Amino acid sequence: MALSKEQIAQRIAKEVKDGYYVNLGIGIPTLVANFVRDDISVEFQSENGILGMGPFPFEGEEDPDLINAGKQTITALPGASFFDSAMSFGMIRGQHVDLTILGAMEVSQNGDIANWKIPGKMVKGMGGAMDLVASAENIIVAMMHTNREGESKLLKECSLPLTGVKCVKKIVSNLAVLEIIDGKFHLLERAPGVSVEEIRKATEGDLVVKGDIIEMKF
Amino acid sequence: MIKKTVADVREACEGIEDGMTFMLGGFGLCGIPENIISELVRRNIQNVTCISNNAGVDDFGLGLLLKKHQIKKMISSYVGENAEFERQMLSGEMDVELVPQGTLAQRCEAARSGIPAFYTPAGYGTEVAEGKETREFHGKMYVMEKAFEADFSFVKAWKGDEAGNLIFKGTARNFNPAMCGAGKITVAEVEELVPAGELDPNQIHIPGIFIQRIFQGEKYEKRIEQLTVRKRN
Repeated sequence: MALSKEQIAQRIAKEVKDGYYVNLGIGIPTLVANFVRDDISVEFQSENGILGMGPFPFEGEEDPDLINAGKQTITALPGASFFDSAMSFGMIRGQHVDLTILGAMEVSQNGDIANWKIPGKMVKGMGGAMDLVASAENIIVAMMHTNREGESKLLKECSLPLTGVKCVKKIVSNLAVLEIIDGKFHLLERAPGVSVEEIRKATEGDLVVKGDIIEMKF
Repeated sequence: MIKKTVADVREACEGIEDGMTFMLGGFGLCGIPENIISELVRRNIQNVTCISNNAGVDDFGLGLLLKKHQIKKMISSYVGENAEFERQMLSGEMDVELVPQGTLAQRCEAARSGIPAFYTPAGYGTEVAEGKETREFHGKMYVMEKAFEADFSFVKAWKGDEAGNLIFKGTARNFNPAMCGAGKITVAEVEELVPAGELDPNQIHIPGIFIQRIFQGEKYEKRIEQLTVRKRN
């Protein structure tokens, strides 16, 4: 079975280590916060200007002056801080944020990522994604392995306008965990019940499979 | 004390003209200069260029100016919440420059600080870098980006005093501080305007030197874009 969005988030949460400052993108990455172990200390950064982002407020306690980058109402945890957008991106470009988790429409085998524009069709803008991918040392992409037509989104070369070049190192898809090394996708783990052959079929880019590939457990 | 107070939003917007470039603070609908936007709509100012992270929603924020076709060009990082915006952009009625969010903030701050240009890694190798100077520092490639030039900066703060000192609240701070002093004239609207001396100088986020005009907004709707809550157990 391919992973659900929640399971993708659950698997990514294992990459979040004690003491990390983490930036979560919109969509599946936002779910990661729900699965981070509660015996470690982690602070979530939202690029609109908060460190120490907490869960959604209780009904009736929402504050229009307190939102995340997805424009959702949130809360601030003890130890939180607010800052302006220039300082927020100073944190990001200055590599003070330890881990960035974001979604993608396409990733290429040399680590290029496209997630902001479908020419003539969908133009929403890049938001903070270009700053994040250009600066972060540690980027994990959460994505579906294929599109609705079943075509691979892990490609030799991206077909959509790029968000960043040679920046993605790790991908958690609904089928597998992969690492990008020397311009190739390396298969690390597979979703429960999904065969290496199925992953190979769903991957247009070069796939390296070495030894036994562990099956993820939930 | 140098007094920066003006009577109301009408006096605060004196001197604005068709074809000017404005910076407007806010992220989504959070921390936007609501009263000034209403005044820009009322004056039916035309052909303006707006520098703002987002473009509001169809019936609030900068969406109100869009609806009346007052905007010639938008400079933003993300415009996904506004259907009319997308329509005007794809049909070519409005010119749009999409800028990475951190670059947008830094181009404001650079303008405020007298830095004409700077290098950032954001957008290198993408269409954002096309036609721009690139350069290598310490083995990594960077793109040169220029400071904005704007006629007016319009910002919104939580509290302010007669001297123009500002304090922001929560994530309503966002782009507002970087825009203070970045345009030729900065106009600040605040929820609460107090006499000089009432704000603790230790708590001031933006000193009054960057502000030319300050007034207390008549009312604040402070609309929530995505209401997300959890149930009490």
